Amino acid sequence: MKRLPGWADYILIPLLNLSLALGVAALVVLAIGENPLDALRVMIEGAFLYEGAFGYTLYYTTSFIFTGLAVAVAFHARLFNIGGEGQAYLGGLGGLLVCLAFDGWMPSAILIPLAIAGAAAMGAAWAIIPGWLQAHRGSHIVITTIMFNFIGAGLMVALLAGALMRSGQSNPESREIADAARLPAIHDIANALGFDMASTPLNLAFPLALLACVGVWVLIWRTRWGYALRAMGESGSAAVYAGIPVKRMIVTAMAISGALAGLMAINTLLGAQGKVVLNFPSGFGFTGIAVALMGRSHPVGILLAAFLFGALFQGGTELDFEFQTITREMVLVIQGLIILFSGALSLMFVPWVARRIGRA
Amino acid sequence: MSHTPSRPGPAPGPVGSSYATPAIRLTGITKRFGPVIANDAVDLEIAPGTIHGIIGENGAGKSTLVSILYGFYTADSGAIEIEGRPAPILTSADAIAHGIGMVHQHFMLVPTFTVLENIMLGAEGGAMLRGGAAATRAELLRLERDYALEIDPDAVIEELPVGLQQRVEILKALRRGARILILDEPTGVLTPAETDRFFDILRGLREQGVTIVLITHKLREIMEVTDTVSVMRRGRMIGHRTTSETTREELADMMVGRAVSLQVERIATQPGAVAMAVQGLTWHDEGGVARLSDISLDLRAGDILGLAGVSGNGQSELLDLLSGIAPVQEGRLVIGERIVDRSAAMDPAEMRRAGIAHIPEDRHRRALVLPFEARENAVLGYHDGPQTGSGRLLDPTAMQAHCETLMARFDVRPPAPRLPAIGFSGGNQQKLVLAREIETEPRIMLIGQPTRGVDIGGIAFIHAEIMARKAAGCAILLVSVELDEILALADRIAVMNAGRIIGEIPRGEADVTRLGLMMAGVEAAA
Repeated sequence: MKRLPGWADYILIPLLNLSLALGVAALVVLAIGENPLDALRVMIEGAFLYEGAFGYTLYYTTSFIFTGLAVAVAFHARLFNIGGEGQAYLGGLGGLLVCLAFDGWMPSAILIPLAIAGAAAMGAAWAIIPGWLQAHRGSHIVITTIMFNFIGAGLMVALLAGALMRSGQSNPESREIADAARLPAIHDIANALGFDMASTPLNLAFPLALLACVGVWVLIWRTRWGYALRAMGESGSAAVYAGIPVKRMIVTAMAISGALAGLMAINTLLGAQGKVVLNFPSGFGFTGIAVALMGRSHPVGILLAAFLFGALFQGGTELDFEFQTITREMVLVIQGLIILFSGALSLMFVPWVARRIGRA
Repeated sequence: MSHTPSRPGPAPGPVGSSYATPAIRLTGITKRFGPVIANDAVDLEIAPGTIHGIIGENGAGKSTLVSILYGFYTADSGAIEIEGRPAPILTSADAIAHGIGMVHQHFMLVPTFTVLENIMLGAEGGAMLRGGAAATRAELLRLERDYALEIDPDAVIEELPVGLQQRVEILKALRRGARILILDEPTGVLTPAETDRFFDILRGLREQGVTIVLITHKLREIMEVTDTVSVMRRGRMIGHRTTSETTREELADMMVGRAVSLQVERIATQPGAVAMAVQGLTWHDEGGVARLSDISLDLRAGDILGLAGVSGNGQSELLDLLSGIAPVQEGRLVIGERIVDRSAAMDPAEMRRAGIAHIPEDRHRRALVLPFEARENAVLGYHDGPQTGSGRLLDPTAMQAHCETLMARFDVRPPAPRLPAIGFSGGNQQKLVLAREIETEPRIMLIGQPTRGVDIGGIAFIHAEIMARKAAGCAILLVSVELDEILALADRIAVMNAGRIIGEIPRGEADVTRLGLMMAGVEAAA
């Protein structure tokens, strides 16, 4: 395929995809008898303007950044990690186990980093198995990571309804972790500093996600490991020629990918919710695939795409409140369209744009 | 159709046209790819029933030109006339309808199908095969008779020698009614004997009135078989000649725009100690087929061992084993003190650390990561070394400087370290690879097809660099399908056929005929 100039690849194509998705979504809204412009206004207000709306948007953005980065790291080695959902879920287990074991006595300064490491380690462990199977047994990573989502979900149901279930409760969820393990909320910090800010679930996981973006950029483009990873992704045979240990690279790439997905759990467990509830990744792991595709596997693109999806998620919730006819499922349809056009069909416009540019 | 043109054939172009209508007339063909002008107002006229050669360096635009003629690309401007009628060729189907057939460098045959099935492909004639098969068989018999192209219609393609597979390609084109046949670098895969037979076929087709367009970069073939020749350089048509009235030297000058010597200056050295000994290597592929049988060779310091042979006779597998890409199964390698065998493997990284540089045959798949910038490719395989800087992170400044040094020393053009490798011409890609591998001053060099797809200017440069490494005491294994290259560079010549070394002879005793026999599998006469 022909290469496009950077501005077309990173800006024009995503905008075209997004416009098309919104255009089709507008038709859907029209079809159920509502005014698409009204719907758009509600979504924008709901995502940015209502009190606390922006905090919610950034809270969701945080989760999308982690799962998007996870998919991107693996994708640089041309490994399609579909297992972000399960890896995030298991990441929650890793963080939770650290908290359950130590939150009685350990100070925050040690407990929080340890819980973060626990989440990352467990997410990594859940991705290493498919990685190893791909490297050494040739089991296709797409199939195995999908399967591991189901295995992970089953395991978590068993634990949350069994050994980890809060005593004296009938909800399948863990007990709340101690305050010492909680990441401070941004609105608490702002209020302490004298700024007035509405209460939102946005917490310190957000700056950590921004740090992760920088970290992934350095990892991919400034380390020897990242060089080897990209070489392997672009040309497996050249990587073998260069003496890059391809099998080991597959396993480590999946480990890092899984660790990033696992970190999504700190946004909920250590941040907003303070506990692990049933099915808490609620599709964010899957949406990470669309985030990575739309962001072209680059941290800056992922940041922007994650923000877009965060706004959509929050704005969509508002849509659900405002319109009787637009249900939660309807919002899912709109999000689905955006994922379809910017994820699965993300390259649809490339030949068309290449021709236009080529002719100019 | 028994029209036989007088030889030498009439010159194309405006000079002395002695025929009524040309088979092909291209006027002002221009084709751009972004900023690159692949064809710049190219004019070409080819007389019917002649063999017309188009010669030029890589990237000169000859493949683009015939691709336009065959409908793979559409010209930005210019006109095509076939047999005197304007022919707007937009697709390959248009080209076929105008009686144009093309034989590609890489055959487009289904290996597990028979000759008949391959020739039927795309012209099956109805839902049931029976009728079409019978018609094709009859047609094939007629073609065999008319053109003296004998072939067993029921032979399976993959069991045929390459020369016969090529014949099937030609028959396929003729079956579709081709009166104009385009052949793109057709002899690259043939032995010298097969090439001779192939040229006889071309002459036979000409007798039958077929017009043949032969794309090649080999001057010898132009001189041997064509009636007329056109030379292209950098997208432009430089000139047309009647073959019998020109010389190799004139054509070479026209191709490169300056006089070049086709001979490399040899440097005499005294061969030193054995740097790598290959002892009894036998290797089976995943399907259990023996690709190498009992290979033994010595690589000596200050000595070039040339390994000749038609491609696909085990040279690639041998290079993979010697460079550590594939593990040794039977036999062993002795590299200084180290022994590499089934139980003690060395991977490519270790081989590199042991002072073994490898210039792979497949530049695009192995030697380079095409989407990577030149400065990233300049450290491929050495990314853990000082080439990427001394810190924990990659140092882009160091990589840039390293790449600039290599580009200056090896005259890589354009000297743009941030340009992706895919943006360089074949010759400049190869210079970059060579620069990367030579710069570490290796003790042993494994070199595969160093000048494949490289223009004449580049070939001279690369040959001189290889010779200079030999003079510096490097032990060199040179694998090439170009006998001229082997004869120009090697001190000793080994010939491979069907995974075996047929023989090894000193350069002084080698000539094209003897090597050609050995390449065909005839043991060297002592």
